[in-house]
Amino acid sequence: MIPELGQFALVLALLLAIAQGVLPIVGAWRNNAALIAVARPAAAGQGVFVFAAMAVLIYAFLTYDFSVAYVADNSNLALPWYYRVTAVWGAHEGSMLLWVFILNVWSVALAAFSRHLPPAFVARVLGVLGLIGVGFLAFILFTSNPFLRELPMPADGGDLNPVLQDPGMTFHPPVLYMGYVGFSVAFAFSIAALLGGGMEQAWVRWARPWTNVAWAFLTLGIVAGSWWAYAELGWGGWWFWDPVENASFMPWLVGVALIHAQAVTEKRGSLPAWTILLSLFAFSLSLLGTFLVRSGVLTSVHAFASDPRRGLYILAFLIIVIGGSLLLYAIRAPKVATGKAFAPLSRETGIMVANLLFTTAAAMVLLGTLFPLIGDALNLGRVSVGPPYFGFLFVLLMAPAVLLLPFGPYLRWGRAEGNQLTTMALRAGIAAVICAIVAAFFAQGHLRAIAGIGGAVWVGAGTLSYVIKRWREMPRGRRFPAEMAGMLLAHTGVAIFLIGVMLSESLSVERDVRLEPGQTESVGGYDFRFDGVEETTGPNWRADEGIVAILRDGKTLATMHPQKRTYSRGQVQTESAIDAGLFRDIYVALGEPMEATNVKGAWALRLYHKPFVRWIWLGGLFMMAGGFVAAAERRFRAKRAPSAAAAATIVTPPTKASLA
Amino acid sequence: MNPTRKRRLAIVLSVVAAAVVAIGLTVFALQRNMSYLFTPSQVQEGQATQYKSFRLGGMVKAGSIQRATSTLRVSFIVIDADGAMPVEYTGILPDLFRDNQSVIATGRMDGARFIASEVLAKHDENYMPKELKDAMAKAHQNKKIDDTAMKDTPK
Repeated sequence: MIPELGQFALVLALLLAIAQGVLPIVGAWRNNAALIAVARPAAAGQGVFVFAAMAVLIYAFLTYDFSVAYVADNSNLALPWYYRVTAVWGAHEGSMLLWVFILNVWSVALAAFSRHLPPAFVARVLGVLGLIGVGFLAFILFTSNPFLRELPMPADGGDLNPVLQDPGMTFHPPVLYMGYVGFSVAFAFSIAALLGGGMEQAWVRWARPWTNVAWAFLTLGIVAGSWWAYAELGWGGWWFWDPVENASFMPWLVGVALIHAQAVTEKRGSLPAWTILLSLFAFSLSLLGTFLVRSGVLTSVHAFASDPRRGLYILAFLIIVIGGSLLLYAIRAPKVATGKAFAPLSRETGIMVANLLFTTAAAMVLLGTLFPLIGDALNLGRVSVGPPYFGFLFVLLMAPAVLLLPFGPYLRWGRAEGNQLTTMALRAGIAAVICAIVAAFFAQGHLRAIAGIGGAVWVGAGTLSYVIKRWREMPRGRRFPAEMAGMLLAHTGVAIFLIGVMLSESLSVERDVRLEPGQTESVGGYDFRFDGVEETTGPNWRADEGIVAILRDGKTLATMHPQKRTYSRGQVQTESAIDAGLFRDIYVALGEPMEATNVKGAWALRLYHKPFVRWIWLGGLFMMAGGFVAAAERRFRAKRAPSAAAAATIVTPPTKASLA
Repeated sequence: MNPTRKRRLAIVLSVVAAAVVAIGLTVFALQRNMSYLFTPSQVQEGQATQYKSFRLGGMVKAGSIQRATSTLRVSFIVIDADGAMPVEYTGILPDLFRDNQSVIATGRMDGARFIASEVLAKHDENYMPKELKDAMAKAHQNKKIDDTAMKDTPK
């Protein structure tokens, strides 16, 4: 009976979503206050029923309700309770429910924290979110219902895919979806602005915190996914240019462009059409991401067997959303968006150039990702594009962005002066060259490592010198408003990320070896002693657990326990063992026994020494923090003040903003 | 020409130049890194001869996996409905690699053997990559053999 309640809740949510999607937009158009007022209660109602449906599905998993096909397919009696909860988003149906659930988290948050915005505008924003909800709820109900019964009920269920039975997986999908779906809010703001026909000039300021938070979540989601791939896929890579990774990376790249373009539009009134277009793209790419992951049209490590009807539905939905919004843009943008001009040497120009680099990078990733489909359509045969394509073009596109980055804060709005820029470039340039020379002594011949240090110091020193400049020139409390602190944090993150990528890519030592028990192998200055394999068990698996002692100069630094697990249904899964450190990771994974019958004998092992690999994710976390901190800017929360007065409010708050 | 027009012309020209460079580089990178997928029978028909490196897709023939005892060298046979290709790989194979599993190996031909530099087997044991399914279906279609042979995906 209870799963049917989940089903009813979804149907009710769909009806409310239709109300939320249609009535407020009509109300805003006809200027009908009663219809406009429907927006918030409808959003709240949809939220309640979607939350209820989610709760019902979690309850079904927790109570082993195997009469529900989705529960029976993705969990069993031996699965621990925390993995039964995460199994909710372990396959297609539940992921879609998670998508809608998170859409509702955003809608409800928006309904709650938008009291200071004009009601007609909020009505349009919530209306657009309602329409997106209609699309996804209908998708769930008609093609991928998680509450379908399976009769007769099996005595025990299947299993959650073992690669998903990992702590990283508990929060990677929800966080990633927070980012993906969060761009729907920026999208809704843009559509509302287009529908409103330029009635509200301030809409970009209202959209900014939401976009920043969504982007920060997406950053965290990608970092978590990269970390999970590193730890769980068992071969120590952190990025594969896999179609599904690309699917999350494209909205991220456009998101970077978007949050910068929004700053230009909000503060200077320039580039409004571009800002709107970018938010349409960001959300379209998020939808495309969902389509790529779920339709199975592309070969990917993440792709699971899937039903072609779903792909078709999402494709149609995609066409309606992208086509519809671009049509609206074409009709309304000339009216809404007339930008102010700016000088060739100005912050606007700098941001515009960076914007072009990032959107080109996103387009490049899109082309490479969809190339197999294009090749198929053009009858080129079964083609795919290898990682070197992405690596080559991405580095080429990002190098100028890194070069330009330290200039950003120094560039004045409207018209910048050259001399400050030269001073900064000299300082940071000298620092970068000195550090690169020093690095050259340590990392002999590793050009990429040296370039990485140089680039990172260039960005870091440039950012630091701006921090010092603000500290000297501004009075206390006005030095680092949240928006600026966020920018500085994120830019520092770029420097850290650069070090991580360039050093770990060039200095890592990866060796696959055959070891007898007692045998020692030296990798990256450490001795790895293989002490054989023991048997161990977990709640729903048994494993061969290797014992590997890490020695340096005869002293034992750590003992590592990599596992080769066999889950209850017979799936094999490698659990790597990682000795993590700020400056290096030691990574050990079991391959297979050299003779299948003799697990006590020699094994194949992966022994990796990865310097600075952790800085990759650390840099990502800095960028994420930058997004969140910038979103806390007080100016964004100000009441409907004209932008001149809004700029003045930075002056008033004494300490809080700088602490934020 | 007035200054506004001049500036616009400069902007348009630089955008066009940037676009040309970008397209040129993209085409270059695409050409260098395009990788085709063939099944064993397609390779034996000679369809892959013009490619130095390509991807070989098919099923691992049951009982064909042989490991060297002193090194990490593995050899196995990849089959489709009417072709078989010996493959050699040195390194550690993915967890899901086993008899009757669909795999995609990247590498090059060395005589009649395929030397793989990378072997992928997918996460979901019921899942067969779509492009592989298509390639195998196409290979079968050419030979006019019914494709019941490939329907027994491993469970």
